[in-house]
Amino acid sequence: MSGGVDSAVAAARAVDAGHDVVGVHLALSRMPGTLRTGSRGCCTIEDSLDARRAADLLGIPFYVWDFSERFRADVVDDFIAEYAAGRTPNPCMRCNERIKFAAVLEKALALGFDAVATGHYAHIVTDEQGNRELHRASDEAKDQSYVLGVLTTEQLAHAMFPLGTTPSKAVVRAEAAARGLTVAQKPDSHDICFIPDGDTRGWLAGRIEPQHGSIVDRAGIPVGEHDGATSFTVGQRRGLNLGVPAPDGRPRFVLEVRPRTNEVVVGPKEALAIRELAGARVSWAGLDPVASGLTRVTAEGDAWAPFPCEVQVRAHADPVAATARLAPSAPPAPGAAPGAAGAAGAAELVVEVDEPLFGVAPGQTAVLYSGTRVLGQCTIDRTVSAVPATAS
Amino acid sequence: MVVYLDHAAGSPMPASIRGAYLSALEHVGNPSSIHSAGQAARGMLEDARERLAATLGVDAVEVVLTGGGTEAVNLGVKGLFWQRQGGALTGLAASPAAGAAPDRDARPRPRILVPRAEHHATLDAVEWLAAHEGAELRWLEVDEVGALRLDDLEAALGEADNVALLTMLAANNEVGTLQPVAEAAALAAVHGIPVHVDAIAAYGQIPLEPLPPGVSAVSLSAHKIGGPVGVGALVLRRGADVVPLLHGGSQQRGRSGTMDAAGAAVFAAASDEAHAAIAERAARKAQLRDRLAAGILAALPQVGLRGAAGRAAAARAAGRDAEAAPWAARALPGTLHLTVPGAEGDSLLMLLDLAGFAVSTGSACQAGVPEPSHVLLAMGLDEQTARGALRVSLGPETTEVEVDALLAALPAAVERATSAGLAARMPTLGR
Repeated sequence: MSGGVDSAVAAARAVDAGHDVVGVHLALSRMPGTLRTGSRGCCTIEDSLDARRAADLLGIPFYVWDFSERFRADVVDDFIAEYAAGRTPNPCMRCNERIKFAAVLEKALALGFDAVATGHYAHIVTDEQGNRELHRASDEAKDQSYVLGVLTTEQLAHAMFPLGTTPSKAVVRAEAAARGLTVAQKPDSHDICFIPDGDTRGWLAGRIEPQHGSIVDRAGIPVGEHDGATSFTVGQRRGLNLGVPAPDGRPRFVLEVRPRTNEVVVGPKEALAIRELAGARVSWAGLDPVASGLTRVTAEGDAWAPFPCEVQVRAHADPVAATARLAPSAPPAPGAAPGAAGAAGAAELVVEVDEPLFGVAPGQTAVLYSGTRVLGQCTIDRTVSAVPATAS
Repeated sequence: MVVYLDHAAGSPMPASIRGAYLSALEHVGNPSSIHSAGQAARGMLEDARERLAATLGVDAVEVVLTGGGTEAVNLGVKGLFWQRQGGALTGLAASPAAGAAPDRDARPRPRILVPRAEHHATLDAVEWLAAHEGAELRWLEVDEVGALRLDDLEAALGEADNVALLTMLAANNEVGTLQPVAEAAALAAVHGIPVHVDAIAAYGQIPLEPLPPGVSAVSLSAHKIGGPVGVGALVLRRGADVVPLLHGGSQQRGRSGTMDAAGAAVFAAASDEAHAAIAERAARKAQLRDRLAAGILAALPQVGLRGAAGRAAAARAAGRDAEAAPWAARALPGTLHLTVPGAEGDSLLMLLDLAGFAVSTGSACQAGVPEPSHVLLAMGLDEQTARGALRVSLGPETTEVEVDALLAALPAAVERATSAGLAARMPTLGR
């Protein structure tokens, strides 16, 4: 229970469903702020009190569990390390993967609980054989299945999302108000909870030593200089301050960040288009595509035949039609720090998109869908441009 | 059924005391008013003050009523500290503050002697003085049961001649170990150093009367003995003065603010009840505590019992009764502190709470984030062991049935909390 309206209503519904419910608030910072500021962030003492008051009203016991050390190591430090490696991580996914449905769930199971229920907007469907599938929420505007795409079958088996079939957030707020929950009109939290002012670049600048380096074009020719490669994001246009104009005079965009050589690669907008992405850190939410009958193992036995699906690469991006396959082994990810990317030699998920995707960076998560169902995900290690380098 | 075994955090008000509180609330009037109603309230207040004073063998004029224990400790520590700087706040001009007699020897004495295992009311007060008022803190070591080491106190007294005060507990609030107050006060007296004693955990549990010579101030709180929250007292001996914390009316020596006549009356009622048969009550609680300790040692040999009470129980379990007696004499009768290897104290607390037992981890937490207890760390325990702490504190109405019920519930809670602790160290979910 974060102190927000969603987890409060989720708890209420779990109580109504007859479960034996205990409210748990996660302490994720050793030095929490006292008061919430605006609509940003979460995890202040005020949020903890809001959660406690909701639990009081529901008549359920309430405890604060300290995961501040795990959160710092697995989410915050990971976030910094990923940026330092030139990648673009999603800390909310990492928190779901490592904290909420791992550390918290493990502790809960060991303490005798059966499941962790959260206020996420996603829907769990159980098929006739009792297999659990993760699906998009009924309210597509609020759907959070993307950030839950990292859940494994085992984690999914102990997860509950009581808000998944709610038609809209407005219904949740109305229900909270009807139940007398004081958080009914509390603003949604946005952005990254450990960066309460929303200034990710400024926050990172204090944690990653910036190093002066070169901005190069796709041919490797220097066209400018920068004060720290890790402060650039793929797709960025502003703030490049290039000394050498493009031959065609058109604006240039960040295509790639190479932390090992401290280079930022720029090029035309069309070069941002990606036709293929791949990653070796793969997980399946429920039965994998072979077990689901979507594809088959190849004759060689070390790969999966291509199968149709949709791929989504950001929390609020539209899914695009794609063809995925499991390739026998992944080449080392170019530009990746040792150990940062998936292990070379592991099977690699390769996804070809039917129409180009723009601004896809290594470190982002590609979640595969089949209709509303989440199949699984991979962390993107490498991408293949839709436009050959010689074209620019 | 809830079995309440957290009396050290706050002891429920017995029905008789509630009755005394209700009748006291029927009195109208401010004790400082001149009219008859005011005089009646004042009479009730002064009667209470005399009864409280009698429990410590001091005069009524030496009892300053406060709004709780934390205020008493702050007044004792900060008030004595400032008084020892010639009555001046150190950051300001060196003129005596209102309400305090000027010290003729007004040289600065910034040093405070403070044991590492004090309550947070003291720790935070002295750290504030260090951060804002130029105080120098000389931390005093405690031994493996949490008692002040007198050899370190002696060393500290010999190190410098600029000591403002010694502040110390009468009994440790987490592990229940009694402190060598008389010996420490005698050592301090040789150097003319005032001593503040935080007796909040000890008052009403063990006889404290007569106060040892050399003790200048003693902090008390009502809610630990079945009185109301927000009522306390600082016993301030004749000759010991404090610079006040609160200004506005000078209703009491060293303390301004309307006096709480009903609060004082019910504090005195609770205190009288606690002291009426203090030895018998202590013996009864000690017997239940020992039953609990013996049961734990028998069923859960991996559990460590801490403090002097833990040493006594371990000696008794080993058949060395002669060794147990001196340890038992150094322990609060109703407190048992234990550490469970590999478990988190907050998991144990939650499991026991869900099973109907109210106990404590013993240490303070910030926004629900439990810190390993500074008391246990000062006693030489490592952080991992300190995280598995649980404090059980018995009250005057605790029964054998309740203790046995806890003994029956503990093994399952210990097993689950230990497996949760293992899961935290060896994760299997997630990648």
